[in-house]
Amino acid sequence: MKLEELEDLATQVRRDVLRMVHHCQSGHPGASLGCADFFVALFFSKLKHNPKFSMEGKGEDLFFLSNGHISPVWYSVLARAGYFDLGELSTFRRLNSRLQGHPSTHEGLPGVRVASGSLGQGISVGIGAALGKRLDQDPQRVIVLTGDGELQEGQNWEAAMFAAHHKVDNLLVFVDYNGQQIDGPTKEVMDNGDLSAKFKAFGWEVLEAEGNDMEKVCEGIESAFAALGNGKPVLVLLHTEMGFGVDFMVGTHKWHGIAPNDEQLEKALAQLNSTLQDY
Amino acid sequence: MILEYKEKKDTRSGFGAGLTQLGESHPQVVALCADLIGSLKMGDFQKKYPERFFQVGIAEANMMGIAAGLSISGKIPYTGTFANFSTGRVYDQIRQSIAYSHKNVKICASHAGLTLGEDGATHQILEDIGMMKMLPGMTVINPCDYNQTKAATLAIADFYGPVYLRFGRPVIPVFTPENQIFEIGKAWKIKEGKDVTIFATGHLVWQALIAEEVLAAQGIDAEIINIHTIKPLDEEAVLASIRKTGCVVTAEEHNRIGGLGDSIAQVIVGNQLVPQEYIAVNDSFGESGKAEDLMKKYGLDAMTIVEKAKKVLQRKHYE
Repeated sequence: MKLEELEDLATQVRRDVLRMVHHCQSGHPGASLGCADFFVALFFSKLKHNPKFSMEGKGEDLFFLSNGHISPVWYSVLARAGYFDLGELSTFRRLNSRLQGHPSTHEGLPGVRVASGSLGQGISVGIGAALGKRLDQDPQRVIVLTGDGELQEGQNWEAAMFAAHHKVDNLLVFVDYNGQQIDGPTKEVMDNGDLSAKFKAFGWEVLEAEGNDMEKVCEGIESAFAALGNGKPVLVLLHTEMGFGVDFMVGTHKWHGIAPNDEQLEKALAQLNSTLQDY
Repeated sequence: MILEYKEKKDTRSGFGAGLTQLGESHPQVVALCADLIGSLKMGDFQKKYPERFFQVGIAEANMMGIAAGLSISGKIPYTGTFANFSTGRVYDQIRQSIAYSHKNVKICASHAGLTLGEDGATHQILEDIGMMKMLPGMTVINPCDYNQTKAATLAIADFYGPVYLRFGRPVIPVFTPENQIFEIGKAWKIKEGKDVTIFATGHLVWQALIAEEVLAAQGIDAEIINIHTIKPLDEEAVLASIRKTGCVVTAEEHNRIGGLGDSIAQVIVGNQLVPQEYIAVNDSFGESGKAEDLMKKYGLDAMTIVEKAKKVLQRKHYE
């Protein structure tokens, strides 16, 4: 897919995110908007994956979302990639929906391989999936997205130690490095310190990438893929801005988990030109 | 005659033997351990199948997540650590990544209950059956001796879904047949009787059999049912026995709240009201001591079963 097409798609995904969260007046728009470029680049350009979903995903790259609260952006991208009907996005967070507030395998949504929402578990699961691929001699990769605030959970550091010790070098972890969490800037709530130095000290290859410029996002993912296979797990600090694309939502934790009202939705959508078709 | 046995062994060794056998018969079986290979008897599997064995170190939460991830590619992960660290410490990881995600992970837990002994309450656990049983979709198994633990270890490999397999440390009589078929979810009537039913699980099954002999000598005909699968519970077998004998004793090495006794009580409340007495730890933590002494102090022994059996019999006649 061409760069402009990816950019248009990311704009559309942002529209989806806002409409989904507005429709049920519940959900997490902030980091969903911030990660839209990454998800679009990954699923429409870089990831080897099959929308005719199989749980095992043999011969495919596997993606795991650890910070499950940004489910709207993932659901939108999965639907637009053909995993399920686009119209289903309107059921997000509503009774009898497969689109649970946080992703779940329980209702059998194609694309989701493990539930997430309770934070800090995604890297561990990714390691297991990567070890499975190694045992099966499947050369494809396992990609995990985790939040930066989420790294406050101790399980991540157990996982960091294991992945380096066991040389899990088909594992690629992206950190949504937006510096915000529910209660405020991460630096104020519980400073992560120098994440790059910390992961390097654990034995990881660490890269950095720009997360809200499509061309640079694509380059970042490519460099990360190229770094795999060298005896080390790879971590990418993906610099994003929470709420990117909507001027009154950008760069603040205030839109972490708040739904826009009718007026705010209209204002936000006006900044995101409809490129394709709303669901 | 039921009380005959040739040797004593620990149930955890039954797990180790079963796991090693699975290594040969089931190439999809993988094993993970959190720095307790010797305690869990996983050493043989590790030696024979090193590429399918993962040492995770003292990091149980990570172990549960990795197990969930491994199951995605069709592997059948067996995790091994003490029961306390297999459940309470990692309840949320099991809940989200394994049970809610319906992953084919076998959580194998040694040193369950009181009889870990001298290490004391931090290493014992009396709440694990309750915690695991409350998770939707979780199968909970607590076999009674070496042979049954081995059989259960083998059986759960061919059963899709999360399983909690609980076993212990002390050496106890091996009284069930070698190479038995383990039927998940099926109660095992060890001895037919008409006066009182004793439902027992794990280490307490042997105590129930001793109690049965004492009761028989006093003219009381007890039915002994081994509930090795606490969830799903064999309600049909439970009800059939309750309807016949009209009174019940349940026996388990667990807190009286949330364990086998409560599972049986739910069947009673929903169907046939009969008197019931619990053999269980009365909502307290354990303490250091020799396994046998602990069993006596906390009333998890044959004589307490005899006493409670007489009590329910009295209640049956009175009520």
